[in-house]
Parts: sequence; C-alpha cells; structure tokens
Amino acid sequence: MLPLAALLWEAKKTGKEGFWQAISNPDAVAALKLTFGAALAVVLINSVLGTVTAWVLVRDDFRGKSLVNSVIDLPFALPTIVAGLTLLALYGPNSVVGVHLAFTRTAIVLALCFVTLPFVIRTVQPVLLELDVEMEEAARSLGAGQLTVFRKIVLPNILPGILSGSVLALARALGEIGSLVLIAGATVHTTVASIYVFQLIQDGDSAGAAAVAMVLLAAAFFVLLAVGALRFYVTRHERA
Amino acid sequence: MPRRLALRGVALLYLLVILLAPLGMVFYRTFQHGLEPVWQTLSDPLTVHAFEITLIAAAVAVPLNTVFGVLCALAIVRRRFRGKGLLNAFIDLPLAVSPVVVGLALYLLYSRTGWFGPWLGAHGIQVLFALPAIVLATIFVSVPFVAREVIPTLRELGNEQEQAAATLGATRWQRFWRITLPSIRWAVIYGVILTTARCLGEYGAVAVVSGRIEGKTETATTRVDDLVQNFQTSGAYAISVVLAAIAIGVLVLMMLTKPKEAV
Repeated sequence: MLPLAALLWEAKKTGKEGFWQAISNPDAVAALKLTFGAALAVVLINSVLGTVTAWVLVRDDFRGKSLVNSVIDLPFALPTIVAGLTLLALYGPNSVVGVHLAFTRTAIVLALCFVTLPFVIRTVQPVLLELDVEMEEAARSLGAGQLTVFRKIVLPNILPGILSGSVLALARALGEIGSLVLIAGATVHTTVASIYVFQLIQDGDSAGAAAVAMVLLAAAFFVLLAVGALRFYVTRHERA
Repeated sequence: MPRRLALRGVALLYLLVILLAPLGMVFYRTFQHGLEPVWQTLSDPLTVHAFEITLIAAAVAVPLNTVFGVLCALAIVRRRFRGKGLLNAFIDLPLAVSPVVVGLALYLLYSRTGWFGPWLGAHGIQVLFALPAIVLATIFVSVPFVAREVIPTLRELGNEQEQAAATLGATRWQRFWRITLPSIRWAVIYGVILTTARCLGEYGAVAVVSGRIEGKTETATTRVDDLVQNFQTSGAYAISVVLAAIAIGVLVLMMLTKPKEAV
C-alpha cells in the first residue's frame, strides 16, 4: 500500500499544472491513446474469439480436447518476456512464414491478444457448462433458428461472463509491458503507456512518470470498480 | 455439422497462430543446432547468476505471500471488520495495475529523494538497484494469487465443522491445523503454484527497480531482454526455453491439482 501512497505523493508534489503538463505532452497523449485503443481492440477480438473457444471447449468433442483446454492457461504461466520472444521468433525479422510484424502496431495487438487470451475463455466456460441444454432444445423445437437460440438464450446467459472476462483482460492489456518490449519496442509509433513510463524513469523524470502512471492507476481502479459492480449485478437474484 | 466444424476450426486456428506456433518456433530455434550450444549458453556464469537471483526472489516471495494470502482469506471470509471491503478490493490491485507502475512506486519510495531512501542510505542499506528491491517488487506483484484461490473455497466450506470442534474444546490453533487447513489445502497448493509462476516470470516491476546490472541484479527475465537487445539471441532463446519449460511444468501441476469438477 505504502508504495502507492508514495506514487500519489510524487504526482501531487508537481502540482496540478505540472501534472497536466506531463499528461498533455504530445508523447504522453500518443502513448495513452495507443494504449487505450490497442487494449480496446484486443478486448473486442478476445471477447469474440474467446467466446467461440469456450463454446468449442464445452460443446464440441474431439481428440486432444483436454490438451487444448490446458494449453489455454499457458499465457498465465509463461513469463511475459518469453511470450514476446516467442512472437518475435515467428513473426519477427527472421520469420519462416514470411510475416514481419516487429515494431508495428499489429504486433502490439498480437502480443496483447496472447497475454489476455485466457480471461474471457475462463470466465465463459463455467457458465456454459452450467447452462441447461434443454432450454436451447425447447427453443429449437418451437422453431427457433440457430442464430435466434444463440441471441435469445445463450448470449444473455453468458454475457456477464464475457463482460467480467473482458474487463479483467482490459486491465491486463492497459498495463502490459513484458511481452511488448521485444516485439513492439519503443519506436515513435509503438510506444505504449507502460513503456513510456519506463522510459521516463530511465531518463530520471520521475515526476512525469508518476503523472502518466497516475492515469494508468486510475484506469486500474475503474476496472476493479467495474468488476465489483458487475459481480454485484450478476448476483442480484441470489441476494434478493 | 459444418457449423460446429467451422467453429472448431476458428478456435483451434486462433490458438495455433497466437500461442502454439510461436512457442514451437522458440523451441525449434533453440535446438536447431543441437544440445551442445544450448548447454554452453546456459552455463554462462552471468546467466546462472541471473537464474539464482530469480530463484532467491521467488524463495522469499512465495512463502511470505502464502502465509499472507491465507491470513487475508480467513479475515475476509470469517471476520467482520471495518475496511474489509477495502482490503478485498486492494488485494486484487496488483492484478489490475501495471507492473511498471508498481516498479515506479517502489522506486519513488526507496530512491535517494524518496521517503525511506535517505534513512536507509544513512545506515548503509541499499535497496534500490539491489536484491532487496527485486524481492520487494516480486512480492508486490504476486500478492493476490493465494488469497484469490482460497477465498471461494473457504466460502463454500462454511464453518460448521470448526464450530463443532470448538464445542468439543478444540483451541483456535487445533481448529486451524486439524480442520481449516486440510480442507483448503488444494486451494493453497493451487495458489502457491500460480504465485511461483508469477514470481519466476515477473519482468516489468523488476526491470524498473533492479537496475539490471549484469552479473549483479539481472534476473532471468531481464537477461532475456538484455541479450536480445545485444543481438545475442541464442542465449535469450536458451533462457526462454528453460522458463517456458517451467511454465509448462506449472500447467501440468495445475492440471494434476485442480479440483476435478470442470471439463
């Protein structure tokens, strides 16, 4: 707790004006914009593909499914710097598949997709497991098409799961650094907020670093609040 | 069912493109010239030292956070006190906040102009750019895991058994060691595995506070970064493969210890 208090103190010390100056610096604005944009894009991608993957893991059956299921957690267990290096090995300068993404914004999205992959899958999967297939069968017997069944029955049930997974993924994506340093680096177009803060610290500008860090910290607080509110909303029937 | 096959294809292709193919590539690149060069780079004294630092940090952080996590979980589930909601929210904070921000916070606290820096400096204790800072950063980022795993288990467990034991005259300690701990042990083990994985893999916070001095304060993860920046990629690949192998070991352990309800 104390370290965070020191951070607040440092940000306060510079005063309102210094704070705004550090935040509205074009480099800072660019880094923050890129961070939030990339994080939102990644959350969208993973909420769709994560839901698909969770669906496949619960409803589909094929050889090696349990292996696939355990591989999902790999991004949680793998050090992020290693994650960055693996992406660099395949999609970097010496790519065997001919895809060269190093130091591009696509690489940022790719790396963030990697590290946030498990969140939505792991929050949707248990809900899908509990979901009664009979409800869907009943709807189908009444003439509902696949899409209607999904939209009217499955989606409303798994939506809280998708949302809470997405929110956690968003928090993770906003603060990510380890997987990005190698494949995205700190070029003019690819400096995300966490790398920008890191650079400011290296340059000895701890006040500027603290100001930008405050923005990230505020975002993290909002995310935690959102998770809490969501949990409150989802359990409203149990509490009533 | 073509629709089912299409969905399966999409999911598996996504996992392949983003997860498995890159990982496979690192293993291929590492071992493409055989085992000999890999062994050579790994036995480089600087690399060995980096692994030692990482292990020391984990050896301090894991037991500490295990005890703290269990205590926090007990407090959050069993006790009523002021600021409980706050504790519950703050324990998750290291998961939501950027590791760089954590590093910066520690940096500000222990730098020469920070709150503790001058006093520690006057007493000849160096925290920043030394082992203590690495350990502190590692502890901070791995706080939530044990508590997160234990809290739901404790909730489900209820406290009837403990009350029964209490009516039979069991002391608080006896109740904890004989009833509570055995019931939550799998959750604790699972949390410890996650904590260990996080400790060994921490990069962002450590990169800020360690100073990354080769052979002194470099950890395994920061050494990967430094080697890549110096175009010594084969060394970076070799360390990465070791770390990846640990991660895969962690996954296997998780599979073995996870309660068998899901999937």
